[in-house]
This record gives sequence, structure tokens and C-alpha cells, in this order.
Amino acid sequence: MTQPFIDLSEVTVRYGAQAQGTLALDRTNLRIEQGDFVALVGPSGCGKSTILKLVAGLLQPSSGGLIVGGRESPTTQQSGKTRIGLAFQNPTMLPWLTIRENVMMPLKIVEPFRQDYARKKKGEFAERAEALLAKVGLKGFGDKRPWQLSGGMLQRASLCRALIHEPQLLLLDEPFGALDSFTREELWALTQQLWQDTKPTVLLVTHDLREAAYLANRICVMSSRPGRILEDREVPFERPRTLAMSYAPEVSTLVQELRLRIAEARTAADAQAATESLSTERKVA
Amino acid sequence: MTSKLNPVMRQRLLSASALVGFFILWELACIATGVSDLVLPRPSQILQVLFEKMPLLWPHTVQTLYTTLVGFGLGVLVGIILGLLIGSSRTAYDVAYPLLVGFSSIPKVAVVPIFVVWFGAGTVPAILTSLVISIFPVVVNVATGLASTEPELEDVLRVLGAKKRDILWNVSLPRALPYLFASLKIAITLSFVGTVLAETVAANKGIGTVMMIASGNFDVPMVFAGLLILAVLGVILYALSSLVERRMTGWAQRKNDLGMAS
Repeated sequence: MTQPFIDLSEVTVRYGAQAQGTLALDRTNLRIEQGDFVALVGPSGCGKSTILKLVAGLLQPSSGGLIVGGRESPTTQQSGKTRIGLAFQNPTMLPWLTIRENVMMPLKIVEPFRQDYARKKKGEFAERAEALLAKVGLKGFGDKRPWQLSGGMLQRASLCRALIHEPQLLLLDEPFGALDSFTREELWALTQQLWQDTKPTVLLVTHDLREAAYLANRICVMSSRPGRILEDREVPFERPRTLAMSYAPEVSTLVQELRLRIAEARTAADAQAATESLSTERKVA
Repeated sequence: MTSKLNPVMRQRLLSASALVGFFILWELACIATGVSDLVLPRPSQILQVLFEKMPLLWPHTVQTLYTTLVGFGLGVLVGIILGLLIGSSRTAYDVAYPLLVGFSSIPKVAVVPIFVVWFGAGTVPAILTSLVISIFPVVVNVATGLASTEPELEDVLRVLGAKKRDILWNVSLPRALPYLFASLKIAITLSFVGTVLAETVAANKGIGTVMMIASGNFDVPMVFAGLLILAVLGVILYALSSLVERRMTGWAQRKNDLGMAS
């Protein structure tokens, strides 16, 4: 286990044309061990989602090295690649399918399940989807259509869709961002339980520090654009964590410290942006 | 009491009475003003002509319907293929769009003489006109529908290793279906316009020809009878495509259905 599961070394990402494009990530380093649960936090636009997309293989780094699951520079087209599950803030269920069919969608696409899909979609796969739905509290909702469910229920279904093909790597991009706080806290507990069941490697992007402290083993704080990782914190609290614990003084202290760290990064970035705009104004003049 | 029990029925009743009321008003207005039937015949006259001349009108009706449906069918087929080609890639969209807009802005009346020169007067120019006129809305809608796929959803599938074909088949095509069906309703009406247009200019059969000849003979009630037939055919075809739309893409119209159910 010398090789980490995910390894970003000196990764730079630039959107748009080479020189004048926006620098989204600047020589970022990040290592994640297999089975770990890492949260990426930071101000909006700091490149959290960019890291997620890099790891997912949706984006190629402009420079630097990227290893996911022991393979260099993953692309989405590779066969035999790391199995990845993905869930966004928007549950993106397909409205013309039932919830069960939506959850089963990855089985229709991912090797090696896709060969068996036509044969097993009524039997084994449907049972599997139902079992997973039952686990997240959606027993009996498999035949409903997405618009018949509430936002929290859709997000549960979205988690099921991200997990049905037993991914080694689970990528969560602010999955609870659009939910009310009661539902959100319910889903934290659920996510922790799902993670403890199968222990996939999880990368969670969030701007909710309490969420990060509750769920993650490690919290990486990022600076404003261009993004870099400022601080890498272990979260030592024992599992399974409870909701009461997320209000404990230790957690509050941690959250407080991280919040200050982000505020610092933000003012620094603002100051930098101000000088930059000043210098361009001078150039124009 | 009844209105409370069944608002849908009440709405239908109102629509029907509006339709009947329109014709009654027309009839009364004609009688009151004493307008000549060379200018505006009464609905009762039109209906009478319609029934008396039905044996004569029927083959023309069938001809017009046939021409429209063939032109519409081919137009939709070509439209879907072009829409898929254009909508599947950004570059194709950018390259083909000006060309498409250029073609669509040509008044279709101007095209009929060319078709007549190429294929002679008759059914073929009418079919072609109806085809050409119905392509544009289908192409644009299919292309737009394909382009409207949420990028996040595409990401979810791409991360799973989905190929372009998988995404097209599982997401983009179903997503484009409501757009396609919406365009069918427009295309079928346009298709009718194309057929009748070509028939009035260069054909020896069809309702358009009948109306042309009748107006030459100052047989105005006959012209209006032709108009009525066209209106009825148009409504029937529109209703049919609406029905198919609802069957195929009920998920896109859930609000309506829920409103009906509650």
C-alpha cells in the first residue's frame, strides 16, 4: 500500500486558451488512500469541483500527474478502469423512467453488468435496486416517477444510483446542498452508514463545514482561485458518529478554526484580485 | 352542481357551444345584412353544397389527405435524420444552422414552380412542397431537444464509461421526444398549407384545385365548402398527433394529468 488510491501531484488546470485562460487549479497536491473519506471545503469557485472532475476523468490536467486507482491520467473511455459513482446537488433523475429504472441505469452501462442487463433487469438487478432503495428508506417507491418524490427522496435515490454498481470510488459534489437542514442531517447519517457498509473511497465536495466534520476522516481546505490546498486536517472523532456529536464542543472548535482559515484565504484572494484589477486598469489607461 | 362535479365536462361543453355559436352568429349576420352569397355564403348553404357535392368532393379530399400525409411522413423522416445529425455535435449545429435558416426563409410558393418544372404538374410537386415546408420545425426541435440534455446527467453517465451512443440512446433521444412531438403538431398544419398551395398552383386533383376552379366560376359556396373540408381534416390530424404525443411523452405533461386527476 505504498501507492495511494488517488494521487494528484503538482496538478494545474487552466480553463480556456493557454495563457489568458482562467487558472482553476495551481500546482495542487492531494493523496487519498483507498477506503478513506475525504471532504474538500473552500469558498465557491475555488476549484473543488475541478478536482472532482479530474478524479472522475471528465477533465484532463493542463500539467502535473494524476493517478486514480493505480492508473495514470484516467479518461472516461478506458475499459477496466476504476468503477466510479457520482452524485450531484441536482439529483438529475430521468423523468421518463421509474425510480427503480433510474437507480438501475449504471448497471445498463457499466461493464461487466451491461452484458447481463437485458437478462437480469427484471430479476436480480431489480431486487438489488429495491434492496438498496429499502436501505435508504425508499421501500416501495421503486415504481414511482421522479416528480412524485420530494427533493430529499430524490437525493436518496440519487445516492442509490451512485452506489448500485458497487463503485470503488464515490464522488459527491455538494449532494445535500439543496436540502433543508433536517433532511440534510438525516442523509448525513445515511451516507455514513452506506460508507461503513462497503467502504468505498469517498471524495466529498461541500461548503458545509459541519457536514465535512461529521462525515469525513480528512478535511482539505482550499484557497480561492487559483485553487490550492491550504490545510489538510484529520478528523479524529470515532465512528459511528451521531448527530449529537456534531454539536459537541470539539467539533465546533474544529469548524470554527476551518472557517477562520477560509475567511483568511478569502480576504487574501480579494486583496490579490483588487491589485490585479488595478494593474489591468493601469494597462488600459 | 354539475359544474362543481366535472369541470372538464363543463369546459368541453363551453368549447362546443362557442363553436356552434360562431356558426349561428355567422348565419344570423348574413341574414341580417343580406350580404350576397357571392361574397359570403351562409353556413347552411355551405353545408348543403357539401352534402350535395360530396360524391364529387370525396376523391379530391382523399387526394389532399394522401398528399399531405405522404409529404408529412417523408418530411418528418428527413427532419428527424437532419435534426439528429445537426443536434449531435456543436460544430454541425453551428455549420448547418445558417444554411437551414436560409432554406426555411424561402417562401414556399416560390418553390412550387421549380418542382413543376422538374416533375410536371400533379401529385409529386404537392408532396414535395408539403415535405419541404414541414421539415424545418422538426429539424430545429429535434436538434434543440438533443442539445438540451443536462450536462450533469451526461457527466454521471460518462463517469460510468458510457459511450456517445449510450448517452444518445438513454438520455438525449428520450429527452428530445417531447420536442419532436411538439414539432409534429406544427409540421402537420404546415404540411396541409404546402399541399393546398401546390394544388392551387399546379395540380389537377385535390381540394386546392377544386377551390381554384370554383372561385374561377364564382361558385363561392363551393370554395367555402372546400375550406371547411380542409379545416376539418386539419383539426383531425392535429388531434391525432396530439393524442400520440400524450401517449408517448406523458411524463413531460404531468402537470396536466395531475390537474385532471385531482
